[in-house]
Amino acid sequence: MSESLQTLKSHLNEALADKVQVCTIALKELTVEVVPENLLMLAKFLRDDASCLFEQLIDVCGVDYLTYGETEWDTSSGSFSRGVKREFSFDSGEQEEAVAFEGKRFAVVIHLLSVKLNQRIRVKCYCDDNDFPMVDSVEGVWSSANWFEREAFDMFGILFNGHPDLRRILTDYGFIGHPFRKDFPLIGHVDMRYDEEKKRVVYEPVSIEERILVPRIIRKDQRFTPAVEGDE
Amino acid sequence: MAEIKNFTLNFGPAHPAAHGVLRLVLEMDGEVIQRADPHVGLLHRGTEKLAESKPYNQSIGYMDRLDYVSMMCNEHGYVLALEKMLGIEAPVRAQYIRTMFDEITRILNHLLWIGAHALDVGAMTMFLYAFREREDLMDVYEAVSGARLHATYYRPGGVYRDLPDTMPLHEKSRWTDDKEVNRLNENRGGSVLDFIEDFTTRFPTYVDEYETLLTDNRIWKQRLVDIGIVSPERALQLGLTGAMLRGSGIEWDLRKKQPYAMYDHVDFDVPVGVNGDSYDRYLVRIEEMRQSNIIIKQCVDWLRKNPGSVMHEDHKITPPSREEMKGDMEALIHHFKLATEGYCLPEGEAYAAIEHPKGEFGCYIVSDGANKPYRLKVRAPGFAHMSAMDELTKGHMLADVVTIIGTMDIVFGEVDR
Repeated sequence: MSESLQTLKSHLNEALADKVQVCTIALKELTVEVVPENLLMLAKFLRDDASCLFEQLIDVCGVDYLTYGETEWDTSSGSFSRGVKREFSFDSGEQEEAVAFEGKRFAVVIHLLSVKLNQRIRVKCYCDDNDFPMVDSVEGVWSSANWFEREAFDMFGILFNGHPDLRRILTDYGFIGHPFRKDFPLIGHVDMRYDEEKKRVVYEPVSIEERILVPRIIRKDQRFTPAVEGDE
Repeated sequence: MAEIKNFTLNFGPAHPAAHGVLRLVLEMDGEVIQRADPHVGLLHRGTEKLAESKPYNQSIGYMDRLDYVSMMCNEHGYVLALEKMLGIEAPVRAQYIRTMFDEITRILNHLLWIGAHALDVGAMTMFLYAFREREDLMDVYEAVSGARLHATYYRPGGVYRDLPDTMPLHEKSRWTDDKEVNRLNENRGGSVLDFIEDFTTRFPTYVDEYETLLTDNRIWKQRLVDIGIVSPERALQLGLTGAMLRGSGIEWDLRKKQPYAMYDHVDFDVPVGVNGDSYDRYLVRIEEMRQSNIIIKQCVDWLRKNPGSVMHEDHKITPPSREEMKGDMEALIHHFKLATEGYCLPEGEAYAAIEHPKGEFGCYIVSDGANKPYRLKVRAPGFAHMSAMDELTKGHMLADVVTIIGTMDIVFGEVDR
């Protein structure tokens, strides 16, 4: 398995030397990074090339890298601090912080499977614009991308250029915002209940407070710093 | 002559044949479907977002609630992804237990599928038969995990505990007299393995019963044959996996092609359809139940002969035993750390997939080195199947929509997540 991944990797590097950014094998999985302009070209190549033949698209998913590597508990300053509660709000201050985020915030990750050659690949594509993330739709290459891209649009607000029917899919009719973004609070913005007097369902600002039960901590584990090997 | 126009029909979300909360907006020309637009998401709970706010182990229970008729298989997909990133492997006995329970779960899932599918198409009896057998298997779930549905039995590094030596017995109640209790407890005298083995000897006869009722049944065939045909090429394009893909004649089973757990150590066959219609998928799933039964038998034999540990020894990841914890300081520290913050995964990303009863179930985890996932994406087979709804129903009659929903084996817990 890992040998065939190596050959596939070198084949991709040869055939698409200037188009592919990074091509790595980690945990026996091959990941190819590509800029949005080349995504569609790469998709077609991966589907049709004789040694790729990825005829099935398994998954498309969005990732928001806004808070990547951030922790909620600082243990480095000598004494332990309390768990820090992140205040989420859509005030202007928070908005500015979001804009100030450096680097590329949104990524689209595509998982492909070749039934004929029994191999998998992951294609990663970072969107250029953090405020208006957009990549080309691969719906024309694999039909199954249709709903997966709708989901990524719904959850992250990533736009797919050329998608035939880019509507929301999982959230409620009339929903505002993109819930899986890291600046969208876990508890959401609105509560919904049935109002006895108005005889209809009403939306109200959330009445509960967000709590963090277990803070997010990053520990540099000695065991994982060299290449991950068996523990025994 | 009267002018006939296309009209739009709303199907669901509270229709009994919608298998949960599917809302279909159908564009019809008379009784023929022109376009089907499924509105999903009525059961969206944001599982992936919730998982981001919890230590890894606390999300195992959420996995049960995705596809709530094949609970342990979901857990398996998630746990495998974690193990891949941690670089650990469960002990062999735990892997056999997982293999066995994956197959028990597959039977559970297919029983519900055939019951609901037949009920939709008009065969009430199947539903009752299927639930009779499900009852036994859910008792097995209960015996090992304490819960009949949402087991939370698998852990990264093994399974929660070894198979118990006794099977819980039925007790006398207002509704069951001595005679009835004795009948119910007849097979439950021995260990859980004895009970499972007893089930595997009974089960093939049950499957024969289902087949007697359905396979050559004229109504069943009229409703299923040539309904929802998918060509192999389209099946791949549409992202269909599992029985939906095999029904179209593509021999693809992750248990064989990319083996996990102990599937490369057990013998079984992969049934494949020919025509790619609903009837072929029915035959494929029936045969899968028989094959699952064979796998369970092999696992029971192995588990009888090979006692041993069912949890990984590394207490940075798996909690030490209660007994150790009371006497050993280090074990206490390990337990405290695991209970208060859990364990951290190394930075990176991984995708692990299993052959779920419905298709390929995969978990994609992005970790930034924290004790919670940075992003967890669940690849649910039902989501891809549902997206093929429009293509499968086009040109069929309204009544066939019900057959197609049934043949896709849709469960909304996983479609909406």
